[in-house]
Amino acid sequence: MRSETLTPQRAGAAAAAFSVVAALAAVLGFLLIQGWPALSAGLGELPSHAENMWQLAGPLVFGSVLVAAIAMLFALPVALGTALYLVFYAPKRVATVLGGALDLLAAVPSVVYGLWGIMVLAPALAGPYAWLNENLGWIPFFAGEASATGRTALTAALVLAVMVLPLTASVIRSALALVPEASIEGAYALGATRWETIKLAALPFARRSIVAGSMLGLGRALGETMAVAMVLSPTPFLIGIKLLTSENPNTVAAYLAQTFPESHGIETSALIALGLALFAITCAVNSLARWITREKTK
Amino acid sequence: MNELEIKDLNAYYGDFLAVSQVNMDIPDKSITAFIGPSGCGKSTLLRTLNRMHEAVPGGRITGEVALEGQDLYGSGVDPVGVRRKVGMVFQKANPFPSMSIYENVIAGVRLRNKRISRKDADELVERSLRQANLWDEVHDRLQTPGGALSGGQQQRLCIARAVAVEPKVILLDEPCSALDPVSTLAIEQLLLELKERYTVVIVTHNMQQAARVSDQTAFFHADAEAWAELTRLEATLGDKSLPQGTRPPGRLVEYAPTDELFNNPRNKATADYLSGRFG
Repeated sequence: MRSETLTPQRAGAAAAAFSVVAALAAVLGFLLIQGWPALSAGLGELPSHAENMWQLAGPLVFGSVLVAAIAMLFALPVALGTALYLVFYAPKRVATVLGGALDLLAAVPSVVYGLWGIMVLAPALAGPYAWLNENLGWIPFFAGEASATGRTALTAALVLAVMVLPLTASVIRSALALVPEASIEGAYALGATRWETIKLAALPFARRSIVAGSMLGLGRALGETMAVAMVLSPTPFLIGIKLLTSENPNTVAAYLAQTFPESHGIETSALIALGLALFAITCAVNSLARWITREKTK
Repeated sequence: MNELEIKDLNAYYGDFLAVSQVNMDIPDKSITAFIGPSGCGKSTLLRTLNRMHEAVPGGRITGEVALEGQDLYGSGVDPVGVRRKVGMVFQKANPFPSMSIYENVIAGVRLRNKRISRKDADELVERSLRQANLWDEVHDRLQTPGGALSGGQQQRLCIARAVAVEPKVILLDEPCSALDPVSTLAIEQLLLELKERYTVVIVTHNMQQAARVSDQTAFFHADAEAWAELTRLEATLGDKSLPQGTRPPGRLVEYAPTDELFNNPRNKATADYLSGRFG
């Protein structure tokens, strides 16, 4: 029975819960108050010699969304395949080992991913990029002049894909593990193969969680700073979809990390306003994920 | 004619022998009931008849099950193909929750024939639902979710789903144990109609149900005393004896026309079970 009296345990738990809301309010208030002056800032006051806030924020928001979306494009199929394999195909011991490895992937610090991206992945991909550019250059994403260093938007997206894979895969995996045994047996008894059973019984059941896992991964990819800041070689104010060139749009988070140490006054305000924009985007993505998973319990 | 012939069948879960040495012939276009106390292996035996037993980790058999003379466990026989010829209905109704009534009925057909025309599909859905005595109740809401039906209707939807693929045999694993008496009666009447077209095998906990619907009844029992006797015998004969505490496997104790088995059981265990002395 829950007691109505104010016990120390109850007070402590309530304080902890409300401190989350307080922290959120404090961050939001900070972003709004400190970022406000930048909205009216003019020529010569903003970082990177931007003419106004929109010129500064537009390309960065575009870059964030572009890189994160491409990351999910790669991460989602792999995450789905991983989850399906772990739940439906892998022998129990293999599933345990692979599941552990997946969790470890989530534990790698992002700065390590950045180092790996810049020292291993980028040089390794320069060759394939040149090939893609030469043979499939008519596709807008592969147009332009291929980067010799491999430090492109596509490389950044690939590093992000590896980083969000564990989160997305584990959300999908826990949903697949909850598929009712009765539905699975029903499909088998109809003469479904394993893959048909997955299509018939498992995927429809887990559909919402697959969307939600993607959204959570997208949110993580949008906010990721270190790995992108290290890997990407950015060009100021660029909005473009050529993924293989050495001229790439920067992302909000990476730009903040790169620019903040040398900013002051109104420049700092501008960076804080950018932080607010990023916060708004990730909030929207997370809310969408929440809303989608919420429907499931109906 | 015998539809199913079971020869020297042993069913295992890993090392555990669940059903031992079953030999029985199941005639076609009739209802055969498997009865017996919990743990007697009747459901396990049922699941060997469409190779669903091996879908459970460690599930395997020795021996033979033949459908129309063809060994279902022969080399090169695909269990997926077996399950299309031998359909199954489970204890708990399990329509696919995200699918409409219509989609549920043709789910099995869609697996093999993706390009079935709208007209053929409509006809098949109506025919199957009529065979399952469900058409009149749902014909005006075929696009609503199957999960929204009552328990008895869901179970009949599962029967419609099973007959839609036109199997030879329909296995039912305690199909009425979660249903109220009215829904149970509806299913029992349906079974009597289904046996005109299909060979029906039903596992039931309910002796009266077996007496009401079946043509022949098989009584299974995992007899601890007989098992102990046997293991002692095997040990003295030099075969490896089983570890202490091993549960005895289920055995086919008696198999006879239903009237005969209920009115004149030959085996004492059968008589004791039917008179409610155990189980």
